[in-house]
Amino acid sequence: MSERKATVASRVGLHARPAAIFAEAAGDLPLEVTIAMEGEPAEDALDASSILSLMGLGASHGDVVVLRADGDGAEEALETLAKILETDHDA
Amino acid sequence: MTKLTGVGVSPGRVIGPVLQMPGSVTEPPSDERWGTDTTAEAETARLKTASKVVQAELKARADAASKDASAVLEATAMMAADPMLLKSAAKLIATGTSAERSVWEAGSAVAEMLRGLGGYMAERTQDVHDVRARLVAELRGLPTPGIPASETPFILAAEDLAPADTATLDSKKVLALITGSGGPQSHTAILARALGLPAVVAAPGAEAIDEGAEVYVDGAAGTIITDPGDDERAAAARWVEQAAALGTFNGTGATADGHLVPLLANVGSGKDARAAAAAGAEGVGLLRTEFCFLDRETEPSPEEQAAAYREVFDAFPGRKVVVRTLDAGADKPLPFLTDASEPNPALGVRGYRTGDVSPGVLTRQLQAIARAAEGTEAEVWVMAPMISTAAEAKAFGELCLAEGLNQPGVMVEVPSAALTSEAILAHVGFASLGTNDLTQYTMAADRQLGQLAALNDSWQPAVLQLIKHTVAGAQSAAAATAVEKPVGVCGEAAADPALAVVLVGLGVQTLSMSARSLPTVAAVLASVTRHEAQELAALALAAPTADLGRTAVRERLPILEALGQ
Repeated sequence: MSERKATVASRVGLHARPAAIFAEAAGDLPLEVTIAMEGEPAEDALDASSILSLMGLGASHGDVVVLRADGDGAEEALETLAKILETDHDA
Repeated sequence: MTKLTGVGVSPGRVIGPVLQMPGSVTEPPSDERWGTDTTAEAETARLKTASKVVQAELKARADAASKDASAVLEATAMMAADPMLLKSAAKLIATGTSAERSVWEAGSAVAEMLRGLGGYMAERTQDVHDVRARLVAELRGLPTPGIPASETPFILAAEDLAPADTATLDSKKVLALITGSGGPQSHTAILARALGLPAVVAAPGAEAIDEGAEVYVDGAAGTIITDPGDDERAAAARWVEQAAALGTFNGTGATADGHLVPLLANVGSGKDARAAAAAGAEGVGLLRTEFCFLDRETEPSPEEQAAAYREVFDAFPGRKVVVRTLDAGADKPLPFLTDASEPNPALGVRGYRTGDVSPGVLTRQLQAIARAAEGTEAEVWVMAPMISTAAEAKAFGELCLAEGLNQPGVMVEVPSAALTSEAILAHVGFASLGTNDLTQYTMAADRQLGQLAALNDSWQPAVLQLIKHTVAGAQSAAAATAVEKPVGVCGEAAADPALAVVLVGLGVQTLSMSARSLPTVAAVLASVTRHEAQELAALALAAPTADLGRTAVRERLPILEALGQ
């Protein structure tokens, strides 16, 4: 299981456009990626490709989230997704 | 050729193809299950297919939309095929529940979750409900809910339109509105006048016209004709010339003998206000503040409100802007303020009355208005909706003064307020007649009910008597306090050019209407002297019925025919 932490850079938090961009990217990957708030148990992690789950996560600007995935290319995939979170799409 | 007759609520004559507004999607029954002829796998596959179709549809609309709208539509498109939504629905399908019911319930759970988060997320529940309705419609093989999409302009036919539908209406694509029900004061009517679209309401049969059939609509006469012939084509062509000839409003409303009647605009946003100022409006007679609040789960912050009001004030430097405080309830419910379970919402806790159950909302709004008024060049007046007693007027006046708003007034839309206007105006500075609600309450006729359209008519002599009484009370109050107590009209009656003349004859000092109506009302008003207006008012007051009053007054206003009204 690979793990990668990322800080939400978007000023409005992880919803609306930033969530759509992130969920679309996660859905395009051949892996199952989960997302959880830092400190929450891994079994409560949500499907990163679900925009509704992302909205329910309620991650605000500056919150740290944990991305997890298994399998080939997981490291690279998480890196790509983390970069999206660390970009301010409202700028 | 068949002719349908309804009530003409916005003038204009056009010919075009009809598109029917699909009915709203009803909730699938809670015990709806998939049958023995299928399997859970097949049922889940059916849902997946539907979700792909809806997603593609929304995606296509996103691609065609403007940048702002496109971002929202794209997010909505993703919701339609959301893996979490589909997974929860699949779990329900596995227990035997139909795909329709499963996705409905899964959508409800998501909407509840978002509602619980409050703020911005809570506002997105509407999007989830929209997606859910689209999915169920697709599964049932029904047309997509909402205003039909079309490449070419069309005439929109419906049973009636809701405020939510009207927000998505593209006035460049819609030629006219026709509805089977809905009264002259319905949202369809108000929207049509605001957009300048010809409209006929309460025309039974309009909702059953064949999809794509060509019809002729006359929004002044209130008629719809299928298979239009040469006469109709000529009439539609003549309207194009008449509308062009009507031209614009020069910015000063007056009778033929120079008696000034300021013509103001009803607006609901900064954008509206700028358009109204460009159309020559002499101020704002009604700023509906609901626009800041509608589709909100929580109260907007005072800062946000102040910024929105300030936009309107800035469009009218040196002019009067009358702000109506929040008018929620009845046909304009707000989740944080009104109780949707009232058995009789039009007679319930609405308008000013919501202050008793949710204290603080009004005070914060007044503070926001005062903040927006600081340093503006507009002359800011404030009025409360649904005032019924002098005690309420007094309390409202005191609230306004405490916030530094020194020109408080009231809406007169409840008959008790009209009957006690003298006592009410002892406490506040002005009154504005809301003729839509005043008519509904005077005649005890629901303004949304097409069946009662004949009763729901501001030409009813009883309504005119109450207007006359309000003006007389204001004059007495002015004499007693030695302060002017102006009375205006901000209801749809002011936009009916013949009735506008009658109102001026009854002593009403300002008329406020959709900016679109300004040129016509100004032209008709300028065709009579003040004395003639008074004669016409007497004629309407003495008429045995609303129809006879209207006919008698219209006969004395030949300019109406020339203007195609």
